Amino acid sequence: MTAIALSGPARHTGRMAPQLLARRASIIPGFGLSLGFTLFYLCVIVLVPLSAIFIKTAGLGWADYVRVALSERALAAYRLSFGAAALAALINGGFGLLVAWVLVRYDFPLKRVVNALVDLPFALPTAVAGIALTALYAPNGWLGSWLVPRGIEVAFHPLGVVVALTFVGLPFVVRTVEPVLADMGHDVEEAAATLGAGRLATFRRVVLPAILPALLTGIALAFARAVGEYGSVIFIAGNLPYKSEIAPLLIVQQLEQYNYAGATAIAATMLLVSFAALFAINLLQAWGRKRTAT
Amino acid sequence: MNRSPTTEARFVRYALIAVALGFLLLNLGLPLVAVFVEAFRKGIGPYLVGVREPDALAAVRLTLLVAGIAVPLNVVFGVAAAWAIAKFDFRFKSVLITLIDLPFSVSPVVSGLIYVLLFGLQGWAGPWLRAHDAQIIFAVPGIVLATIFVTFPFVARELIPLMQEQGRDEEEAALSLGASGWATFRRVTLPNIRWGLLYGVLLCNARAMGEFGAVSVVSGHIRGLTNTMPLHIEILYNEYNYVAAFAVASLLAGLALVTLVVKSLLEWRYRDQLAGAAH
Repeated sequence: MTAIALSGPARHTGRMAPQLLARRASIIPGFGLSLGFTLFYLCVIVLVPLSAIFIKTAGLGWADYVRVALSERALAAYRLSFGAAALAALINGGFGLLVAWVLVRYDFPLKRVVNALVDLPFALPTAVAGIALTALYAPNGWLGSWLVPRGIEVAFHPLGVVVALTFVGLPFVVRTVEPVLADMGHDVEEAAATLGAGRLATFRRVVLPAILPALLTGIALAFARAVGEYGSVIFIAGNLPYKSEIAPLLIVQQLEQYNYAGATAIAATMLLVSFAALFAINLLQAWGRKRTAT
Repeated sequence: MNRSPTTEARFVRYALIAVALGFLLLNLGLPLVAVFVEAFRKGIGPYLVGVREPDALAAVRLTLLVAGIAVPLNVVFGVAAAWAIAKFDFRFKSVLITLIDLPFSVSPVVSGLIYVLLFGLQGWAGPWLRAHDAQIIFAVPGIVLATIFVTFPFVARELIPLMQEQGRDEEEAALSLGASGWATFRRVTLPNIRWGLLYGVLLCNARAMGEFGAVSVVSGHIRGLTNTMPLHIEILYNEYNYVAAFAVASLLAGLALVTLVVKSLLEWRYRDQLAGAAH
Protein backbone atom coordinates (compact mmCIF):
# COMPACT_ATOMS: atom_id res chain seq x y z
CA MET A 1 0.00 0.00 0.00
CA THR A 2 2.78 2.43 0.86
CA ALA A 3 4.52 1.76 -2.44
CA ILE A 4 1.33 2.61 -4.30
CA ALA A 5 0.79 5.69 -2.20
CA LEU A 6 4.30 6.95 -2.93
CA SER A 7 3.96 6.54 -6.67
CA GLY A 8 0.61 8.29 -6.68
CA PRO A 9 0.38 11.85 -7.96
CA ALA A 10 0.63 14.40 -5.16
CA ARG A 11 -2.09 16.51 -6.64
CA HIS A 12 -3.43 18.38 -3.70
CA THR A 13 -0.20 20.00 -2.52
CA GLY A 14 -0.92 23.29 -4.23
CA ARG A 15 -4.25 24.56 -2.92
CA MET A 16 -6.32 26.29 -5.55
CA ALA A 17 -9.07 28.66 -4.65
CA PRO A 18 -12.32 26.71 -4.97
CA GLN A 19 -14.71 28.06 -7.53
CA LEU A 20 -18.37 28.59 -6.88
CA LEU A 21 -19.22 25.54 -4.73
CA ALA A 22 -17.37 23.52 -7.35
CA ARG A 23 -14.68 20.95 -7.25
CA ARG A 24 -11.10 21.56 -8.03
CA ALA A 25 -9.90 19.32 -10.85
CA SER A 26 -9.77 15.89 -9.25
CA ILE A 27 -9.57 12.35 -10.50
CA ILE A 28 -11.65 11.09 -7.58
CA PRO A 29 -15.17 10.35 -8.81
CA GLY A 30 -18.50 10.70 -7.08
CA PHE A 31 -18.49 14.35 -6.07
CA GLY A 32 -21.90 15.11 -7.55
CA LEU A 33 -23.45 11.91 -6.28
CA SER A 34 -22.11 12.06 -2.72
CA LEU A 35 -22.68 15.79 -2.18
CA GLY A 36 -26.04 15.63 -3.93
CA PHE A 37 -27.24 12.80 -1.73
CA THR A 38 -25.83 14.48 1.39
CA LEU A 39 -27.69 17.72 0.69
CA PHE A 40 -30.89 15.91 -0.29
CA TYR A 41 -30.91 13.77 2.87
CA LEU A 42 -29.99 16.75 5.05
CA CYS A 43 -32.87 18.77 3.61
CA VAL A 44 -35.47 16.01 3.83
CA ILE A 45 -34.61 14.79 7.32
CA VAL A 46 -33.36 17.93 9.08
CA LEU A 47 -33.77 21.30 7.36
CA VAL A 48 -37.32 21.12 5.97
CA PRO A 49 -38.82 19.61 9.16
CA LEU A 50 -36.97 22.11 11.38
CA SER A 51 -38.11 25.02 9.24
CA ALA A 52 -41.70 23.94 9.95
CA ILE A 53 -41.24 25.15 13.53
CA PHE A 54 -40.29 28.66 12.48
CA ILE A 55 -42.83 28.95 9.68
CA LYS A 56 -45.61 27.82 12.00
CA THR A 57 -44.43 30.21 14.74
CA ALA A 58 -44.22 33.09 12.25
CA GLY A 59 -47.84 32.41 11.30
CA LEU A 60 -48.84 32.79 14.91
CA GLY A 61 -48.37 36.54 15.15
CA TRP A 62 -46.45 38.37 17.83
CA ALA A 63 -49.27 38.80 20.35
CA ASP A 64 -50.19 35.12 20.30
CA TYR A 65 -46.55 34.13 20.50
CA VAL A 66 -46.00 36.21 23.62
CA ARG A 67 -49.22 34.92 25.19
CA VAL A 68 -48.18 31.27 24.73
CA ALA A 69 -44.40 31.12 24.72
CA LEU A 70 -43.93 33.75 27.42
CA SER A 71 -46.82 32.81 29.71
CA GLU A 72 -46.18 32.55 33.45
CA ARG A 73 -46.13 28.78 33.29
CA ALA A 74 -43.76 28.72 30.31
CA LEU A 75 -41.43 31.22 31.97
CA ALA A 76 -41.32 29.07 35.09
CA ALA A 77 -40.49 26.06 32.92
CA TYR A 78 -37.66 27.92 31.12
CA ARG A 79 -36.29 29.09 34.47
CA LEU A 80 -36.17 25.52 35.72
CA SER A 81 -34.80 24.05 32.47
CA PHE A 82 -32.09 26.68 32.00
CA GLY A 83 -31.31 27.05 35.70
CA ALA A 84 -31.02 23.34 36.40
CA ALA A 85 -29.06 22.80 33.16
CA ALA A 86 -26.63 25.58 34.10
CA LEU A 87 -26.19 24.25 37.63
CA ALA A 88 -25.67 20.69 36.36
CA ALA A 89 -23.19 21.91 33.74
CA LEU A 90 -21.18 23.75 36.42
CA ILE A 91 -21.16 20.69 38.70
CA ASN A 92 -19.98 18.64 35.73
CA GLY A 93 -17.39 21.29 34.96
CA GLY A 94 -15.82 20.77 38.37
CA PHE A 95 -16.13 17.00 38.66
CA GLY A 96 -15.55 16.42 34.94
CA LEU A 97 -12.24 18.28 35.16
CA LEU A 98 -11.30 16.24 38.21
CA VAL A 99 -12.21 12.94 36.51
CA ALA A 100 -10.30 13.90 33.34
CA TRP A 101 -7.28 14.90 35.45
CA VAL A 102 -7.31 11.64 37.41
CA LEU A 103 -7.72 9.56 34.23
CA VAL A 104 -4.88 11.31 32.41
CA ARG A 105 -2.37 11.82 35.21
CA TYR A 106 -2.75 8.97 37.71
CA ASP A 107 -2.72 5.19 37.67
CA PHE A 108 -5.10 3.16 39.75
CA PRO A 109 -6.67 -0.31 39.64
CA LEU A 110 -9.50 -0.89 37.16
CA LYS A 111 -8.70 2.34 35.38
CA ARG A 112 -9.91 0.94 32.04
CA VAL A 113 -13.28 0.01 33.55
CA VAL A 114 -13.65 3.45 35.11
CA ASN A 115 -12.74 5.04 31.80
CA ALA A 116 -15.43 3.04 30.00
CA LEU A 117 -17.99 3.84 32.72
CA VAL A 118 -17.60 7.57 32.05
CA ASP A 119 -19.39 7.07 28.72
CA LEU A 120 -22.35 5.30 30.32
CA PRO A 121 -24.68 8.31 29.87
CA PHE A 122 -24.01 8.17 26.10
CA ALA A 123 -24.95 4.49 25.96
CA LEU A 124 -27.69 4.11 28.58
CA PRO A 125 -31.15 5.10 27.27
CA THR A 126 -32.46 8.17 29.05
CA ALA A 127 -35.67 6.46 30.18
CA VAL A 128 -33.62 3.74 31.88
CA ALA A 129 -31.46 6.35 33.60
CA GLY A 130 -34.61 8.19 34.64
CA ILE A 131 -36.31 5.30 36.39
CA ALA A 132 -33.01 4.13 37.95
CA LEU A 133 -32.28 7.58 39.44
CA THR A 134 -35.86 7.82 40.69
CA ALA A 135 -35.58 4.42 42.38
CA LEU A 136 -32.36 5.55 44.08
CA TYR A 137 -33.62 8.90 45.34
CA ALA A 138 -37.23 7.97 46.14
CA PRO A 139 -37.99 8.10 49.89
CA ASN A 140 -37.59 4.30 50.09
CA GLY A 141 -34.55 4.14 47.76
CA TRP A 142 -30.92 3.48 48.68
CA LEU A 143 -30.02 7.16 48.74
CA GLY A 144 -33.45 8.60 49.43
CA SER A 145 -33.96 6.59 52.61
CA TRP A 146 -30.85 8.30 53.96
CA LEU A 147 -31.39 11.78 52.50
CA VAL A 148 -35.12 12.31 53.06
CA PRO A 149 -35.05 11.93 56.88
CA ARG A 150 -32.30 14.57 56.83
CA GLY A 151 -34.57 16.99 55.01
CA ILE A 152 -32.95 16.66 51.56
CA GLU A 153 -35.64 15.77 49.07
CA VAL A 154 -34.36 14.96 45.60
CA ALA A 155 -36.98 12.85 43.86
CA PHE A 156 -40.12 14.75 42.80
CA HIS A 157 -38.41 18.07 43.54
CA PRO A 158 -36.44 20.54 41.39
CA LEU A 159 -33.23 19.11 42.86
CA GLY A 160 -34.07 15.85 41.09
CA VAL A 161 -33.88 17.69 37.76
CA VAL A 162 -30.32 18.79 38.60
CA VAL A 163 -29.35 15.22 39.55
CA ALA A 164 -30.69 13.81 36.26
CA LEU A 165 -29.03 16.54 34.17
CA THR A 166 -25.73 15.98 35.98
CA PHE A 167 -25.92 12.30 35.04
CA VAL A 168 -26.57 13.15 31.39
CA GLY A 169 -23.87 15.81 30.97
CA LEU A 170 -20.75 14.40 32.64
CA PRO A 171 -19.07 12.70 29.63
CA PHE A 172 -19.23 15.88 27.57
CA VAL A 173 -16.85 17.65 29.96
CA VAL A 174 -14.55 14.67 30.57
CA ARG A 175 -14.18 13.77 26.88
CA THR A 176 -13.56 17.37 25.83
CA VAL A 177 -10.95 18.15 28.51
CA GLU A 178 -9.18 14.77 28.46
CA PRO A 179 -7.40 14.98 25.07
CA VAL A 180 -6.19 18.54 25.72
CA LEU A 181 -4.83 17.54 29.11
CA ALA A 182 -3.15 14.47 27.60
CA ASP A 183 -1.51 16.49 24.82
CA MET A 184 -0.11 19.04 27.22
CA GLY A 185 3.64 18.59 27.56
CA HIS A 186 5.28 18.41 30.95
CA ASP A 187 7.83 21.06 29.98
CA VAL A 188 5.73 24.08 30.95
CA GLU A 189 4.95 22.53 34.33
CA GLU A 190 8.62 21.69 34.82
CA ALA A 191 9.48 25.28 34.01
CA ALA A 192 6.94 26.49 36.56
CA ALA A 193 8.41 24.13 39.18
CA THR A 194 11.93 25.34 38.41
CA LEU A 195 10.79 28.89 38.96
CA GLY A 196 9.56 27.89 42.40
CA ALA A 197 5.82 27.52 41.83
CA GLY A 198 4.00 24.97 43.96
CA ARG A 199 1.66 22.45 42.39
CA LEU A 200 -1.47 24.47 43.17
CA ALA A 201 0.00 27.66 41.72
CA THR A 202 1.18 25.73 38.66
CA PHE A 203 -2.26 24.28 38.15
CA ARG A 204 -4.00 27.61 38.57
CA ARG A 205 -1.63 29.68 36.47
CA VAL A 206 -0.22 27.23 33.91
CA VAL A 207 -2.52 24.23 33.45
CA LEU A 208 -5.91 25.88 33.89
CA PRO A 209 -5.37 28.66 31.33
CA ALA A 210 -4.23 26.05 28.78
CA ILE A 211 -7.29 23.84 29.18
CA LEU A 212 -9.80 26.65 29.76
CA PRO A 213 -11.20 26.71 26.20
CA ALA A 214 -11.76 22.94 26.28
CA LEU A 215 -13.30 23.12 29.75
CA LEU A 216 -15.70 25.88 28.73
CA THR A 217 -16.57 23.99 25.54
CA GLY A 218 -17.34 20.88 27.58
CA ILE A 219 -19.50 22.86 30.00
CA ALA A 220 -21.36 24.47 27.09
CA LEU A 221 -21.93 21.06 25.45
CA ALA A 222 -23.23 19.64 28.72
CA PHE A 223 -25.51 22.65 29.12
CA ALA A 224 -26.85 22.38 25.55
CA ARG A 225 -27.62 18.70 26.04
CA ALA A 226 -29.22 19.28 29.44
CA VAL A 227 -31.53 22.08 28.32
CA GLY A 228 -33.40 19.83 25.91
CA GLU A 229 -33.19 16.65 27.98
CA TYR A 230 -36.50 14.91 28.55
CA GLY A 231 -36.35 11.16 29.24
CA SER A 232 -34.16 11.09 32.29
CA VAL A 233 -35.89 14.08 33.90
CA ILE A 234 -39.62 13.40 33.71
CA PHE A 235 -39.52 10.37 36.00
CA ILE A 236 -37.63 12.06 38.80
CA ALA A 237 -38.96 15.62 38.52
CA GLY A 238 -42.51 15.23 39.84
CA ASN A 239 -43.67 17.53 37.03
CA LEU A 240 -45.65 20.05 39.06
CA PRO A 241 -46.55 23.14 37.00
CA TYR A 242 -44.64 26.28 38.08
CA LYS A 243 -42.40 24.14 40.30
CA SER A 244 -40.80 21.09 38.76
CA GLU A 245 -42.03 21.16 35.17
CA ILE A 246 -39.31 21.40 32.50
CA ALA A 247 -39.83 23.16 29.17
CA PRO A 248 -39.74 20.01 26.97
CA LEU A 249 -42.48 18.50 29.14
CA LEU A 250 -44.59 21.61 28.63
CA ILE A 251 -44.29 21.05 24.86
CA VAL A 252 -45.50 17.47 25.26
CA GLN A 253 -48.45 18.60 27.36
CA GLN A 254 -49.47 21.22 24.80
CA LEU A 255 -49.36 18.49 22.16
CA GLU A 256 -51.49 16.16 24.25
CA GLN A 257 -54.12 18.90 24.40
CA TYR A 258 -53.82 19.26 20.59
CA ASN A 259 -52.52 22.79 21.08
CA TYR A 260 -50.02 22.58 18.22
CA ALA A 261 -49.49 26.34 18.06
CA GLY A 262 -48.60 26.49 21.75
CA ALA A 263 -46.22 23.56 21.50
CA THR A 264 -44.56 25.10 18.46
CA ALA A 265 -44.13 28.53 20.05
CA ILE A 266 -42.35 27.04 23.07
CA ALA A 267 -40.27 24.79 20.80
CA ALA A 268 -39.18 27.78 18.70
CA THR A 269 -38.05 29.60 21.85
CA MET A 270 -36.03 26.59 22.95
CA LEU A 271 -34.54 26.14 19.48
CA LEU A 272 -33.32 29.74 19.46
CA VAL A 273 -31.53 29.15 22.76
CA SER A 274 -30.07 25.88 21.42
CA PHE A 275 -28.74 27.64 18.34
CA ALA A 276 -27.25 30.38 20.50
CA ALA A 277 -25.53 27.69 22.56
CA LEU A 278 -24.29 26.00 19.36
CA PHE A 279 -22.90 29.32 18.16
CA ALA A 280 -21.15 29.88 21.50
CA ILE A 281 -19.66 26.36 21.34
CA ASN A 282 -18.30 27.02 17.83
CA LEU A 283 -16.71 30.28 19.03
CA LEU A 284 -15.17 28.50 22.03
CA GLN A 285 -13.76 25.76 19.81
CA ALA A 286 -12.29 28.32 17.41
CA TRP A 287 -10.71 30.05 20.41
CA GLY A 288 -9.29 26.71 21.60
CA ARG A 289 -7.79 25.99 18.18
CA LYS A 290 -6.19 29.42 18.10
CA ARG A 291 -4.77 28.83 21.58
CA THR A 292 -3.18 25.50 20.67
CA ALA A 293 -1.93 26.83 17.34
CA THR A 294 0.17 29.57 18.92
CA MET B 1 10.06 13.71 49.65
CA ASN B 2 11.62 12.59 46.39
CA ARG B 3 8.56 12.93 44.20
CA SER B 4 8.80 14.51 40.77
CA PRO B 5 8.19 18.28 40.82
CA THR B 6 5.41 17.87 38.25
CA THR B 7 3.24 15.52 40.26
CA GLU B 8 1.38 15.92 43.50
CA ALA B 9 2.10 14.60 46.98
CA ARG B 10 0.87 11.06 47.50
CA PHE B 11 -2.01 11.96 49.81
CA VAL B 12 -3.21 14.60 47.36
CA ARG B 13 -3.19 12.06 44.54
CA TYR B 14 -5.08 9.52 46.61
CA ALA B 15 -7.59 12.12 47.77
CA LEU B 16 -8.25 13.28 44.18
CA ILE B 17 -8.65 9.71 42.95
CA ALA B 18 -11.00 8.94 45.85
CA VAL B 19 -13.20 11.98 45.19
CA ALA B 20 -13.33 11.30 41.43
CA LEU B 21 -14.17 7.62 41.89
CA GLY B 22 -16.71 8.44 44.59
CA PHE B 23 -18.46 10.87 42.28
CA LEU B 24 -18.49 8.36 39.39
CA LEU B 25 -19.77 5.61 41.65
CA LEU B 26 -22.56 7.75 43.07
CA ASN B 27 -23.54 9.38 39.80
CA LEU B 28 -23.04 6.56 37.26
CA GLY B 29 -22.31 3.28 39.05
CA LEU B 30 -25.26 3.24 41.45
CA PRO B 31 -27.95 3.91 38.81
CA LEU B 32 -26.55 1.11 36.66
CA VAL B 33 -26.52 -1.35 39.56
CA ALA B 34 -29.98 -0.22 40.64
CA VAL B 35 -31.47 -1.23 37.26
CA PHE B 36 -30.43 -4.85 37.73
CA VAL B 37 -31.22 -5.00 41.45
CA GLU B 38 -34.74 -3.65 40.89
CA ALA B 39 -35.26 -6.00 37.94
CA PHE B 40 -34.43 -9.09 40.05
CA ARG B 41 -35.98 -7.78 43.27
CA LYS B 42 -38.64 -10.49 43.27
CA GLY B 43 -36.46 -13.19 41.79
CA ILE B 44 -35.96 -14.65 38.36
CA GLY B 45 -39.59 -15.73 37.84
CA PRO B 46 -41.25 -12.29 37.80
CA TYR B 47 -38.27 -11.00 35.78
CA LEU B 48 -38.91 -13.54 33.04
CA VAL B 49 -42.64 -12.80 33.12
CA GLY B 50 -41.88 -9.12 32.53
CA VAL B 51 -39.50 -9.83 29.67
CA ARG B 52 -41.60 -12.51 27.96
CA GLU B 53 -44.97 -10.81 28.06
CA PRO B 54 -46.38 -10.31 24.50
CA ASP B 55 -46.36 -6.49 24.70
CA ALA B 56 -42.73 -6.55 25.81
CA LEU B 57 -41.80 -8.84 22.94
CA ALA B 58 -43.66 -6.59 20.49
CA ALA B 59 -41.71 -3.62 21.88
CA VAL B 60 -38.41 -5.47 21.41
CA ARG B 61 -39.36 -6.35 17.83
CA LEU B 62 -40.34 -2.76 17.04
CA THR B 63 -37.13 -1.38 18.55
CA LEU B 64 -35.06 -3.80 16.45
CA LEU B 65 -37.05 -2.92 13.32
CA VAL B 66 -36.67 0.84 13.84
CA ALA B 67 -32.93 0.60 14.51
CA GLY B 68 -32.63 -1.80 11.57
CA ILE B 69 -33.99 0.88 9.24
CA ALA B 70 -32.57 4.04 10.80
CA VAL B 71 -28.97 2.90 11.32
CA PRO B 72 -28.28 1.65 7.74
CA LEU B 73 -29.78 4.82 6.26
CA ASN B 74 -27.57 6.97 8.44
CA VAL B 75 -24.57 4.81 7.52
CA VAL B 76 -25.18 5.47 3.81
CA PHE B 77 -25.59 9.16 4.57
CA GLY B 78 -22.50 9.26 6.81
CA VAL B 79 -20.29 7.61 4.19
CA ALA B 80 -21.61 9.86 1.40
CA ALA B 81 -21.18 13.02 3.48
CA ALA B 82 -17.68 12.07 4.60
CA TRP B 83 -16.68 11.17 1.02
CA ALA B 84 -17.89 14.54 -0.29
CA ILE B 85 -16.35 16.54 2.54
CA ALA B 86 -13.01 14.73 2.87
CA LYS B 87 -12.21 14.01 -0.76
CA PHE B 88 -13.25 17.27 -2.42
CA ASP B 89 -12.92 21.00 -1.92
CA PHE B 90 -16.02 23.13 -2.14
CA ARG B 91 -17.49 26.26 -0.68
CA PHE B 92 -19.48 26.41 2.53
CA LYS B 93 -17.96 23.14 3.69
CA SER B 94 -17.81 24.26 7.33
CA VAL B 95 -21.44 25.37 7.14
CA LEU B 96 -22.37 21.90 5.91
CA ILE B 97 -20.46 20.27 8.79
CA THR B 98 -22.26 22.50 11.31
CA LEU B 99 -25.64 21.67 9.76
CA ILE B 100 -24.91 17.94 9.98
CA ASP B 101 -24.35 18.34 13.74
CA LEU B 102 -27.57 20.32 14.13
CA PRO B 103 -29.80 17.46 15.38
CA PHE B 104 -27.53 17.09 18.43
CA SER B 105 -28.51 20.53 19.66
CA VAL B 106 -32.25 20.04 19.20
CA SER B 107 -34.27 18.78 22.15
CA PRO B 108 -35.58 15.23 21.55
CA VAL B 109 -39.11 16.47 22.12
CA VAL B 110 -38.70 19.13 19.43
CA SER B 111 -37.23 16.46 17.12
CA GLY B 112 -40.52 14.59 17.37
CA LEU B 113 -42.65 17.72 17.17
CA ILE B 114 -41.27 18.76 13.77
CA TYR B 115 -42.61 15.58 12.16
CA VAL B 116 -45.98 16.06 13.85
CA LEU B 117 -46.11 19.52 12.28
CA LEU B 118 -45.34 18.02 8.87
CA PHE B 119 -47.30 14.80 8.85
CA GLY B 120 -49.79 15.05 11.73
CA LEU B 121 -53.51 15.41 11.07
CA GLN B 122 -53.26 19.19 11.44
CA GLY B 123 -49.89 19.24 9.68
CA TRP B 124 -48.91 20.39 6.20
CA ALA B 125 -49.14 16.96 4.60
CA GLY B 126 -51.87 15.74 6.96
CA PRO B 127 -54.92 16.17 4.71
CA TRP B 128 -53.11 14.62 1.74
CA LEU B 129 -51.98 11.62 3.80
CA ARG B 130 -55.49 11.17 5.14
CA ALA B 131 -56.97 11.27 1.66
CA HIS B 132 -54.58 8.52 0.63
CA ASP B 133 -55.23 6.50 3.77
CA ALA B 134 -51.60 6.70 4.83
CA GLN B 135 -50.47 7.34 8.38
CA ILE B 136 -47.02 8.48 9.48
CA ILE B 137 -47.63 10.03 12.90
CA PHE B 138 -48.80 7.63 15.62
CA ALA B 139 -47.46 4.84 13.40
CA VAL B 140 -44.17 3.11 12.66
CA PRO B 141 -42.98 5.46 9.84
CA GLY B 142 -43.08 8.43 12.25
CA ILE B 143 -41.04 6.51 14.82
CA VAL B 144 -38.48 5.63 12.15
CA LEU B 145 -38.27 9.26 10.95
CA ALA B 146 -37.82 10.64 14.47
CA THR B 147 -35.14 8.03 15.19
CA ILE B 148 -33.29 8.88 11.96
CA PHE B 149 -33.33 12.53 12.99
CA VAL B 150 -31.87 12.05 16.48
CA THR B 151 -29.19 9.60 15.25
CA PHE B 152 -28.47 11.59 12.09
CA PRO B 153 -24.94 12.91 12.93
CA PHE B 154 -23.38 9.86 14.64
CA VAL B 155 -21.77 8.06 11.68
CA ALA B 156 -20.97 11.22 9.72
CA ARG B 157 -19.23 12.99 12.60
CA GLU B 158 -17.04 9.93 13.21
CA LEU B 159 -16.13 9.46 9.53
CA ILE B 160 -15.63 13.09 8.46
CA PRO B 161 -12.57 13.85 10.68
CA LEU B 162 -11.20 10.34 10.11
CA MET B 163 -11.33 10.59 6.30
CA GLN B 164 -10.00 14.15 6.44
CA GLU B 165 -6.99 12.91 8.41
CA GLN B 166 -6.41 10.12 5.90
CA GLY B 167 -6.32 12.49 2.93
CA ARG B 168 -6.72 11.56 -0.73
CA ASP B 169 -3.38 10.09 -1.76
CA GLU B 170 -4.35 6.44 -1.59
CA GLU B 171 -7.57 6.89 -3.57
CA GLU B 172 -5.77 9.00 -6.18
CA ALA B 173 -3.08 6.35 -6.47
CA ALA B 174 -5.60 3.56 -6.97
CA LEU B 175 -7.52 5.56 -9.56
CA SER B 176 -4.43 6.55 -11.48
CA LEU B 177 -3.48 2.87 -11.61
CA GLY B 178 -6.76 2.20 -13.36
CA ALA B 179 -9.10 1.07 -10.59
CA SER B 180 -12.72 2.07 -11.01
CA GLY B 181 -14.30 4.49 -8.55
CA TRP B 182 -16.36 1.76 -6.90
CA ALA B 183 -13.38 -0.61 -6.65
CA THR B 184 -11.32 2.19 -5.13
CA PHE B 185 -13.97 2.82 -2.51
CA ARG B 186 -14.42 -0.85 -1.72
CA ARG B 187 -10.77 -1.88 -1.64
CA VAL B 188 -8.96 1.28 -0.52
CA THR B 189 -11.33 3.57 1.39
CA LEU B 190 -13.50 1.00 3.14
CA PRO B 191 -10.63 -0.97 4.73
CA ASN B 192 -9.21 2.34 5.97
CA ILE B 193 -12.41 3.46 7.64
CA ARG B 194 -13.90 0.15 8.79
CA TRP B 195 -13.14 0.53 12.50
CA GLY B 196 -14.25 4.15 12.54
CA LEU B 197 -17.41 3.10 10.73
CA LEU B 198 -18.08 0.37 13.29
CA TYR B 199 -17.50 2.87 16.08
CA GLY B 200 -20.04 5.27 14.56
CA VAL B 201 -22.56 2.47 13.98
CA LEU B 202 -22.19 1.37 17.59
CA LEU B 203 -23.04 4.80 19.01
CA CYS B 204 -25.75 5.37 16.41
CA ASN B 205 -27.38 2.05 17.27
CA ALA B 206 -27.26 2.65 21.04
CA ARG B 207 -29.07 5.94 20.61
CA ALA B 208 -31.52 4.52 18.04
CA MET B 209 -32.59 1.72 20.35
CA GLY B 210 -32.72 3.92 23.44
CA GLU B 211 -34.34 7.08 22.09
CA PHE B 212 -37.26 8.17 24.22
CA GLY B 213 -38.33 11.81 23.88
CA ALA B 214 -38.59 12.11 20.09
CA VAL B 215 -40.22 8.71 19.70
CA SER B 216 -42.63 9.42 22.55
CA VAL B 217 -44.03 12.46 20.73
CA VAL B 218 -44.73 10.65 17.44
CA SER B 219 -45.64 7.20 18.72
CA GLY B 220 -49.17 7.49 20.08
CA HIS B 221 -48.30 4.81 22.67
CA ILE B 222 -50.43 2.02 21.25
CA ARG B 223 -49.50 -1.09 23.20
CA GLY B 224 -48.15 -3.92 21.10
CA LEU B 225 -48.17 -1.70 18.00
CA THR B 226 -46.25 1.57 18.36
CA ASN B 227 -44.42 1.09 21.64
CA THR B 228 -40.66 0.81 21.47
CA MET B 229 -38.78 -0.59 24.47
CA PRO B 230 -38.19 2.79 26.19
CA LEU B 231 -41.89 3.68 25.77
CA HIS B 232 -42.94 0.29 27.09
CA ILE B 233 -40.75 0.91 30.15
CA GLU B 234 -42.51 4.23 30.76
CA ILE B 235 -45.97 2.66 30.59
CA LEU B 236 -45.03 -0.17 32.96
CA TYR B 237 -43.42 2.28 35.35
CA ASN B 238 -46.45 4.58 35.39
CA GLU B 239 -48.62 1.53 36.12
CA TYR B 240 -46.44 0.86 39.18
CA ASN B 241 -45.33 -2.40 37.59
CA TYR B 242 -41.75 -1.74 38.68
CA VAL B 243 -40.35 -5.25 38.31
CA ALA B 244 -41.49 -5.52 34.69
CA ALA B 245 -40.34 -1.95 33.94
CA PHE B 246 -36.87 -2.64 35.30
CA ALA B 247 -36.78 -6.07 33.63
CA VAL B 248 -37.23 -4.47 30.20
CA ALA B 249 -34.87 -1.67 31.27
CA SER B 250 -32.24 -4.27 32.16
CA LEU B 251 -32.25 -5.46 28.53
CA LEU B 252 -31.44 -1.92 27.38
CA ALA B 253 -28.87 -1.54 30.17
CA GLY B 254 -27.31 -4.78 28.92
CA LEU B 255 -27.17 -3.31 25.43
CA ALA B 256 -25.48 -0.21 26.89
CA LEU B 257 -22.87 -2.37 28.63
CA VAL B 258 -22.14 -4.31 25.43
CA THR B 259 -21.84 -0.99 23.59
CA LEU B 260 -19.38 0.32 26.17
CA VAL B 261 -17.27 -2.86 26.09
CA VAL B 262 -17.03 -2.96 22.29
CA LYS B 263 -16.37 0.79 22.20
CA SER B 264 -13.54 0.41 24.73
CA LEU B 265 -12.09 -2.53 22.78
CA LEU B 266 -12.12 -0.47 19.58
CA GLU B 267 -10.49 2.48 21.32
CA TRP B 268 -7.88 0.25 22.90
CA ARG B 269 -7.07 -1.90 19.87
CA TYR B 270 -7.59 0.51 16.96
CA ARG B 271 -7.05 3.93 18.49
CA ASP B 272 -4.95 5.02 15.50
CA GLN B 273 -7.74 4.07 13.09
CA LEU B 274 -10.43 6.13 14.81
CA ALA B 275 -11.02 9.84 14.54
CA GLY B 276 -9.17 11.70 17.26
CA ALA B 277 -12.19 13.77 18.27
CA ALA B 278 -13.99 13.00 21.51
CA HIS B 279 -17.73 12.68 21.50
